[in-house]
Amino acid sequence: MGPISTQAIYILWIREIKRTWRAKSRVVGTIIMPLFFLVFLGSGFRRASLPGMPKGIDYITFLIPGITGMSLLFRSMFGGLQVLWDKQFGFLKEIMVTPVSRLSIVLGRIAGSSTIALIQSFMILFLSTLLGFRFASVMGLFVATAFMILIATTFIGFGLSFASKMKDAHGFQLIMNFVVFPIFFLSGALYPVEGLPRFLKPFVYINPLTYGIDGLRKGLVAASTFPLWLDFAVLSFFCITIVTIGSLLFETSDVGQ
Amino acid sequence: MDVIQVKNLVKKFKNFAAVDNISFNVEEGELFGLLGPNGAGKTTTIKMLTTLLPITSGYASVAGFEVSKHRNDVRQNIGMVFQEPALDKQLTGKENLDFHARMYGLKKEVRRKRLTEVLNLVELTDKQNELVETYSGGMQRRLEIARGLMHSPTVLFLDEPTLGLDAQTRRRIWEYIQQLNETQKTTVLLTTHYMEEADYLCHRVGIMDKGKIVAIDTPRNLKNTIGADVVTLELEHKDGNAFRKLPFVKELVEHGASISVSLNNGEHQIPPLMEFAQSRGIKVKSVELHKPSLEDVFLRYTGTTIRERDNAE
Repeated sequence: MGPISTQAIYILWIREIKRTWRAKSRVVGTIIMPLFFLVFLGSGFRRASLPGMPKGIDYITFLIPGITGMSLLFRSMFGGLQVLWDKQFGFLKEIMVTPVSRLSIVLGRIAGSSTIALIQSFMILFLSTLLGFRFASVMGLFVATAFMILIATTFIGFGLSFASKMKDAHGFQLIMNFVVFPIFFLSGALYPVEGLPRFLKPFVYINPLTYGIDGLRKGLVAASTFPLWLDFAVLSFFCITIVTIGSLLFETSDVGQ
Repeated sequence: MDVIQVKNLVKKFKNFAAVDNISFNVEEGELFGLLGPNGAGKTTTIKMLTTLLPITSGYASVAGFEVSKHRNDVRQNIGMVFQEPALDKQLTGKENLDFHARMYGLKKEVRRKRLTEVLNLVELTDKQNELVETYSGGMQRRLEIARGLMHSPTVLFLDEPTLGLDAQTRRRIWEYIQQLNETQKTTVLLTTHYMEEADYLCHRVGIMDKGKIVAIDTPRNLKNTIGADVVTLELEHKDGNAFRKLPFVKELVEHGASISVSLNNGEHQIPPLMEFAQSRGIKVKSVELHKPSLEDVFLRYTGTTIRERDNAE
């Protein structure tokens, strides 16, 4: 795949930051939805206790890591799929005709989109302290940050894989509805997966986000279903695999008209 | 030295040959044009030479590197201006240029120097800090040309550089292209379906039709192959063949309901042509005389005009 160019990664990263900053209103739009989930679900189910919820934790505390994971999932998929817009507006050709290795281009995209996704998630976490949320520990915050990076990278890779195989932005909504929402609902973000019917369980266990959210929960509120090392190992495995697939597909991607 | 060498180049999409066994060379410092209607295979050729499309068969080298084997070396040595705009409109002009320069790994001092130079060349210095979405079509094109030159490429590829621009802007773009070819010593390969553009700008022109290069030479030599003036008669019925009997008619090509007749001293031969038509009862709807242009060359080699081919698309 060729050598890595730090300058190229840097400029791709800066580009994404600048573009996002210049579309601030759209960014506000994308954190409003997770916040609504948090506020309405959190207060509506305030007294709910669902089977499978870790002991000594109320629903909103359970929900906050889940919503953080949700915002990472949506923003990262969107970041990976952004290649589609570059395709549509012709800018992908400009990127592809340069002598930069395709791997550097993928890394630059991951750097840019994961930065944005992380900033958004921290904004949500910060706002949730207004709802009474308290971080479990400083160490836990570092653990949570590591999981955030892994979740972001995994789903940017996911988005990139889809975007490389698609001709234009028409399939975007389809992917959001038929890929992103099932991943979200089958991840334990909103409710413990114990309550789901047996036939859905395998989907939960092959879903990378399940492990991401479990790890986040461990870091943020010191409660989890799986051991932390397992979450970390499984998510890292998914992350590396998906990013590799995404890079390979991107390499042979059609650059559009 | 030949900066571009193309030999028996073929590009097939399924069973359709978009580029069908073409060969040509472009010398260092040359301004070379591929002229032809839409769908002739010009863009496909450029996409292969710039590594954006894999080659089906044949050989192509750019700046001394074989295209299918040394993609990154080729990429490092070429600039490309695409037919469709390829700018990030949410960035300013300067940011677009800076993005490009960093992708090519230019050092800071070089970046600054080139930025000033190319902005001057296309006269966008005072617009550099504005978002590209506020630029007019002509300004965007100029910015793209400037961007293509940022990394001082050996060869600049221009795919339909003036498509969709008004006459005045087109003239200015031509001037920039000539200037960069002369002052920066950049070899240029452009595609166009405008005769005037190929005629005015290019040192040599390859005429393309249906994936093949049908003629290749300087515009002057190409026009000389016609060798004479051309009178085009639009007829009511398709019975133009009768005109072949006239002694001063050198050549006759039928296209649609019209015929084009090659002859010397066109202005003096129109009256006898009209008299002949009247004597045969052939109704002539319109008459047009023109001195040879590349359009006639195209017509001669392909039996149709570029416009007719474009409309048939």
